[in-house]
Amino acid sequence: MTQPILELRGINKSFGPVHVLHDVDLVVRPGEVTALVGDNGAGKSTLVKCIAGIHGTDSGEVLFNGEPVTVAGPRDAAALGIEVVYQDLALCDNLDIVQNMFLGRERTVGGLLDEGAMEEAARDTLASLSVRTVKSVRTSVASLSGGQRQTVAIAKSVLWNSKVVLLDEPTAALGVAQTRQVLDLVRRLADKGLGVLLISHNMNDVVEVSDSVAALYLGRLAAQVPVSETSVGQIVELITSGSSGDLGLARPETVTM
Amino acid sequence: MSDTSTEKVSTDRAAAAAGATSTAGSDFSRDSTQRSFSGASSDYLARVRGGELGALPALAGLVVLLIIFSVLSSSFLTLNNVANLLSQGAGTALIAMGLVFVLLLGEIDLAAGTGSGVGAAVLALHYTQGGNLLGAMGINVFVIFCLLLLVGAVLAAVTRLWAGTVVSLVGLVIAVVGVPANAYLEILLAVCVGTAIGCITGFLVSRVGIPSFVVTLALFLAWGGVVLQLVGVGGTLGLSDSPVLFAVANRNLPVWGSWLLFALVTGGFAVLSLQRQRSRVRKGLVAAPTSLVLLKIVVLTVLSALATYAMTINRSPNPRLLTVTGVPYVVPVVIVVLVIGTFVLDRTTYGRHVYAVGGNAEAARRAGIDVRKIRMSVFVVSSAIAALGAVVYSSKVGSVDPQAGGGNTLLFAVGAAVIGGTSLFGGRGRIRDAVVGAAVIAIIQNGLGLLNQGAAIVSIVTGLVLLLAASVDAISRRRAPAGR
Repeated sequence: MTQPILELRGINKSFGPVHVLHDVDLVVRPGEVTALVGDNGAGKSTLVKCIAGIHGTDSGEVLFNGEPVTVAGPRDAAALGIEVVYQDLALCDNLDIVQNMFLGRERTVGGLLDEGAMEEAARDTLASLSVRTVKSVRTSVASLSGGQRQTVAIAKSVLWNSKVVLLDEPTAALGVAQTRQVLDLVRRLADKGLGVLLISHNMNDVVEVSDSVAALYLGRLAAQVPVSETSVGQIVELITSGSSGDLGLARPETVTM
Repeated sequence: MSDTSTEKVSTDRAAAAAGATSTAGSDFSRDSTQRSFSGASSDYLARVRGGELGALPALAGLVVLLIIFSVLSSSFLTLNNVANLLSQGAGTALIAMGLVFVLLLGEIDLAAGTGSGVGAAVLALHYTQGGNLLGAMGINVFVIFCLLLLVGAVLAAVTRLWAGTVVSLVGLVIAVVGVPANAYLEILLAVCVGTAIGCITGFLVSRVGIPSFVVTLALFLAWGGVVLQLVGVGGTLGLSDSPVLFAVANRNLPVWGSWLLFALVTGGFAVLSLQRQRSRVRKGLVAAPTSLVLLKIVVLTVLSALATYAMTINRSPNPRLLTVTGVPYVVPVVIVVLVIGTFVLDRTTYGRHVYAVGGNAEAARRAGIDVRKIRMSVFVVSSAIAALGAVVYSSKVGSVDPQAGGGNTLLFAVGAAVIGGTSLFGGRGRIRDAVVGAAVIAIIQNGLGLLNQGAAIVSIVTGLVLLLAASVDAISRRRAPAGR
C-alpha cells in the first residue's frame, strides 16, 4: 500500500467542556478517495476544520507525507497543499469562472492582472478534469447550475497543485445528473494522484466512489475500512451504533460523551 | 442550491447529457476562436435581453432628454450652454465616481457630500488666509483638526492601509508647516482631508462594525457642522480671485490643448484596445472581432473630434469683445479620474477584490482576501475623490459657504451612480456609468432651469427620473442571471 499523504494520530479537540473529537486516527492515501461518514454531530465538520487549520487541535499528531507538521491556520494548510471545498460554495456570483478560480491568488504581470495566463490555466485545469458542461470559462458563475458551480469550486482547488482535497458534502444539494458529474470529478481527482477526503451522508455515493471509508461515532473513529471489504449495511451500523460485528469500537455501551 | 437555479436544473441536465456525448474532444472550442462580428453583436443582444443592461437605459434617457430640451428651449443646445453643462455636472460626476467604489460593496456613504465640504472649507481657509490655518481656525479648532488628520492616519495604519496613512500625514504636514497659499497645494490638502475623513468612516464601518448607513448618517450631520464651524455662520470664503482655483470649473483649455486632449484620449483608447485584442488573438483566447474594435475606435474618434471642434469655436455671447474657446478644464479632470478608476477596477488585483467582496464577502474571506481592509479602502477612495469633486463645485460657484457639500450634493451623486446602472446591492456597476448618470442629472437641472422652472419642479423631475432608473434596474435584475 502507498504511503499516506495525510495521517492523523490521536487527534483530540474540545470546545470548552464539550469533548468533540476523541483520539481520532485517520489515513488519507494519494490516488484514493477516503470517505468520512458519521451522523449529525459526530464531529465530521470539526475534523475537517482541524485539518484545514481553522480550528487548532488540543493534542494529537498530523503527518503530511510521513512528516509531522503543525497546521496553525488556513494559510499553513494551503501552503502544504491542503485545499477545502466547503459545503456552502465559496464563489462570487458576480464574477466569471476564471475570476473565481483565481480569487485571492491572481496572476499579475507588472502589477496588472494577467487575464490571458489565468484564462489559459483555468481552461487547462477544467479540460484536464474533463469538464465539458461549461461552454466558456468566461461564463458568469451566477448563470451556472448547482453541479457546474460545484465543479468550478472543485476545479479551483485543483488549480493550486494541491495534494489533498477535502470535500464537505459536495453532492448534498444536487440533482441526480449533477451528482453524477461531481462524483465523476471526485473520482478523476483521485485518479490524478491526489488524496481526496469526501464527507458525505449518501451511502450510495460513498460506496460508488470511495476506496476506503472512515466512520465517526460520537467523536470517535469507529473504524476505517476498505470499501471492498464492507457493505452499505455495515457502514450504516458503524454510523449508528459505532460497531458492526468485529469492526468498530469495542464496547459501544461504555462510550460516553 | 438557491431556488433561482432550480428551474434551470432540468434544462441543464438535458444539455449536460447532450454535451457529454456530442462535444467530447472539442472542449472549449468556442472559447479559443476569434468571434465574428455578427456573433459578437448577437451575444451582446442576448445579454441585453437577458437583463444585463449596464448604462444602456441611462444613455437612452440622455438622448431623450437632449431631444426634449433642444425642442423646448432654443438656448439649450448652444455651445455656451453645453460648456456650462459640462462644468455644472463635473462636481456631481466626480463624487458619483468615488461613490461607485462604496456602492460596489453594497455600502453607502451618506457623508461623502458634507465630508467633501470639509475639504473645500479647509482649502478655502488655506487660500484666503495665505496658508495660515492656525490663525484662520483659532488654536482649539486647529488642534482638533490636526488630531483628526492624525487619527485618520493612525486608523489607516492599524488596518495596514498604508496609502491612507501616507496621504493623511501629507495633509497634516501641509497644515502644520503653514506653507504659503498655493492653489495646487490646496487641492492636494483638500484631497488629504478627504482621505483622512474616509479613513475614519471606513474604520468605523469595517472594524467597529457599525452599518455604513448609520456611520455616514451621523458623520453627514457632524461634517456639516464642521463646515459651518470652519466657514462661520453667514460667511463665505471667496475663491474667485484665485487664478487657478477659479479656473478649474470656469476656464478652458487653449485650442491646441483641446486638440492635444483629443489626440491623447482617442489615440490612447485606440492603442490600448487594439493591443489588447491582438494579444488575445495571438494567445488563442476569445477576442472581440477586429471589425468591432475598429468600429468602436472610429465612433469614439468621430464623436470626440466633433465635440472638440465644437468646443474650439468661439462661443462668447459677444464674439467681437471676447473670445471664449476650448474644452473646459473639468473635462480632462473627469477623464483622468474616469480612466484611472476604470483601470484600477478592471485591471488590478485590488479592483478584482472590490468586486469579489461586493459579490460574496464570505467567499472573498475564504479566498484569503482581507475583507476589512477592502471595505475600509473604498470609503477612503470615495472620500478622496469626493474632495476633488468639492474643489470643482466650489470653483464653479467661486466660493465656499456653510452649505458646501450639504443639501442635495450627495443625493444627486448617489442618484447619478444609480441612474447610470450601479446596483445598490453591491457587486455590479462601473465607473463610467456614474458619469452617464451625472450627465442625465446635470441636463435635467440645466434644461429645466432654461425653461424657467423653479427648484420645486427640478427636484420633482429629478426624483421621478431616479425612481424610473431604479425601476429599470430592479426589473432588469429580475431577468439577469446575477440574481442580485
